[in-house]
Amino acid sequence: MYRYDDFDRQLVHERTEQFREQVKRRLAGDITEEQFRPLRLMNGVYLQLHAYMLRVAVPYGTLRADQLRQLGMIARVYDKGYGHFTTRQNIQYNWPKLDEIPDALLDLAKVEMHAIQTSGNCIRNTTTDQYAGAAADEIEDPRPYCELIRQWSTFHPEFTYLPRKFKIAVTGSPNDRAAVKVHDIGLRMHQNDAGETGFEVIVGGGLGRTPFVGKTIRDFIGKNDLFSYLEAILRVYNRFGRRDNKYKARIKILVHEEGIDKIRELVEEEWSQIKDGSLRVDDAEIAHYIEQFAPPAFETLADDDADFERHKAENRRFANWVRSNVIEHKQPGYAIANVSLKPIGGIPGDATDTQMELVADLSEKYSFGDVRVTHEQNLVLPHVKKADLFALWTALDADNLGTANLGYVTDIISCPGLDYCALATARSIPLSQRISERFSDLDHQHDIGELKIKISGCINACGHHHVGHIGILGLDKRGKEFYQITLGGDASQDASIGKIAGAGFSEAEVVDAIESLVTKYIDIRDGGERFIDTYRRVGMDPFKEVLYGDR
Amino acid sequence: MSLQVVTANRLDDGLVVFLTSDGSWSENINDARTAEGKEAAEALLAEASAPELDIVIVGPYLIDVEQQGSDLVPTKYREVLRTKGPSVREDLGYQAV
Repeated sequence: MYRYDDFDRQLVHERTEQFREQVKRRLAGDITEEQFRPLRLMNGVYLQLHAYMLRVAVPYGTLRADQLRQLGMIARVYDKGYGHFTTRQNIQYNWPKLDEIPDALLDLAKVEMHAIQTSGNCIRNTTTDQYAGAAADEIEDPRPYCELIRQWSTFHPEFTYLPRKFKIAVTGSPNDRAAVKVHDIGLRMHQNDAGETGFEVIVGGGLGRTPFVGKTIRDFIGKNDLFSYLEAILRVYNRFGRRDNKYKARIKILVHEEGIDKIRELVEEEWSQIKDGSLRVDDAEIAHYIEQFAPPAFETLADDDADFERHKAENRRFANWVRSNVIEHKQPGYAIANVSLKPIGGIPGDATDTQMELVADLSEKYSFGDVRVTHEQNLVLPHVKKADLFALWTALDADNLGTANLGYVTDIISCPGLDYCALATARSIPLSQRISERFSDLDHQHDIGELKIKISGCINACGHHHVGHIGILGLDKRGKEFYQITLGGDASQDASIGKIAGAGFSEAEVVDAIESLVTKYIDIRDGGERFIDTYRRVGMDPFKEVLYGDR
Repeated sequence: MSLQVVTANRLDDGLVVFLTSDGSWSENINDARTAEGKEAAEALLAEASAPELDIVIVGPYLIDVEQQGSDLVPTKYREVLRTKGPSVREDLGYQAV
């Protein structure tokens, strides 16, 4: 895994000390809130409903054991014993005190972590496939490129005051687990006709109040040219992106208003002037970063393990966990283990201090000290020997981390909603809890199969509802929470934006409404169809009918 | 006539507070000074927005409340949550005390 060099270390320490001084001046009254607000936001400090919130960056969702352990310590010392993993693969703390945050940032810096690029109109923390470097279906590990993007984008002087925030996601696999088509820029690794590996560049995707699936601006860019090409896109956006209206300031609006052909023309023109400059990264430098993410020292193993098979046969709960939460690894004899942060009736993405410490310990014992955060708000131990899976699951299960529901109807993405967020218009978490409880029967979940429910508590769509197979948007209707349902969204390589089914439902009605949709799907599905497949085959009408009848 | 109080977040720890009769800030909404009518509400907000309070609180604003027995209760659910804490964690926030 990437380790900080002296430059990174100095950068983060200087930033931490600067923020300590800024907080001191704010508390002494030397600067006003108006002056301080942009400074705190550049350090991941928001003011939410009940208290400050600190958002900590987890670059491309990759954590070392010592880092996750430190996140647990920070939850205990500076917060109320828990943290919330987000759809940006980051972690948020809900109760830090402003006067203690500089110390928390210093403790983060000790393990090479920080809150840079978690807020403000800059290029945000880059996200990627949580199975990077482990997935059997991957062309190449995307993280070396993510790390290069991080270095290029961190404190980029030209792109610190963009029209609006800017999010980049990368997938190294044709099976997109990073939702790259709904980011400002999505990079999809693939090979061209000459057999070279590079990236399709997708631009102008996004969720929020105006959702779009991104459009391909270039089918193939070679690795050496990737960074100058990104720079060219950002320059065009920085110059032409709308600054007159916050709600029209994202690049998706620029792409939509000007058209992808016009944007491509502008980007190519800009790129032609800078492509041979200092941003061209040569093979040796790329090789240096690939080396940083070299695979761990895997043992040479047979792919089957007799004990593993025996445990599966003897223990139904373990077998169920393997069925949903264990994914094929590229290395024979190893597997990818997903740690669900969605216990039945729990709060999606929340983990306690001791749970974080336990996963850190288990990652050292079983997964080369490597942990991932997923945009679906779960954790991953990416490199576990099949022979160790039973021991791992037993330890996880003892701390309520062994839920067997990855990708099922109870594996719900939910934003914090009105329970925590100052922007929210309705609560999301209680609804996710009630849906989870309604579908708690595991046999029923197996029968339903893959079904992605995503819930946002306002139109900013942090809960990705637009790309939920079933999306739920919480709104405020004359002082009461009500929920709008969208169907047919998809965040994968077949990305699509869900369509609004019709009028919203009250808090009391909405769980029944979701259940009626699921029941309808079971009634009308063809063999092997997932909910999204059935929806695509039959369209909205049959589902609309169960929701509204003659209404 | 609608009844209003001023709320804000405290600068140092970020917690929710309410402007009281003696000009201090309380964590308990029942300590809040109420204003009835537009003029009184504007005066209350003006007091809370005094520049010298910028080192005490952040973002003061008016909320509608109702007198329910001896309690002041916000009319909007968002503000009810701020007086209590997250509905999904009753062990946290003011409701836990």
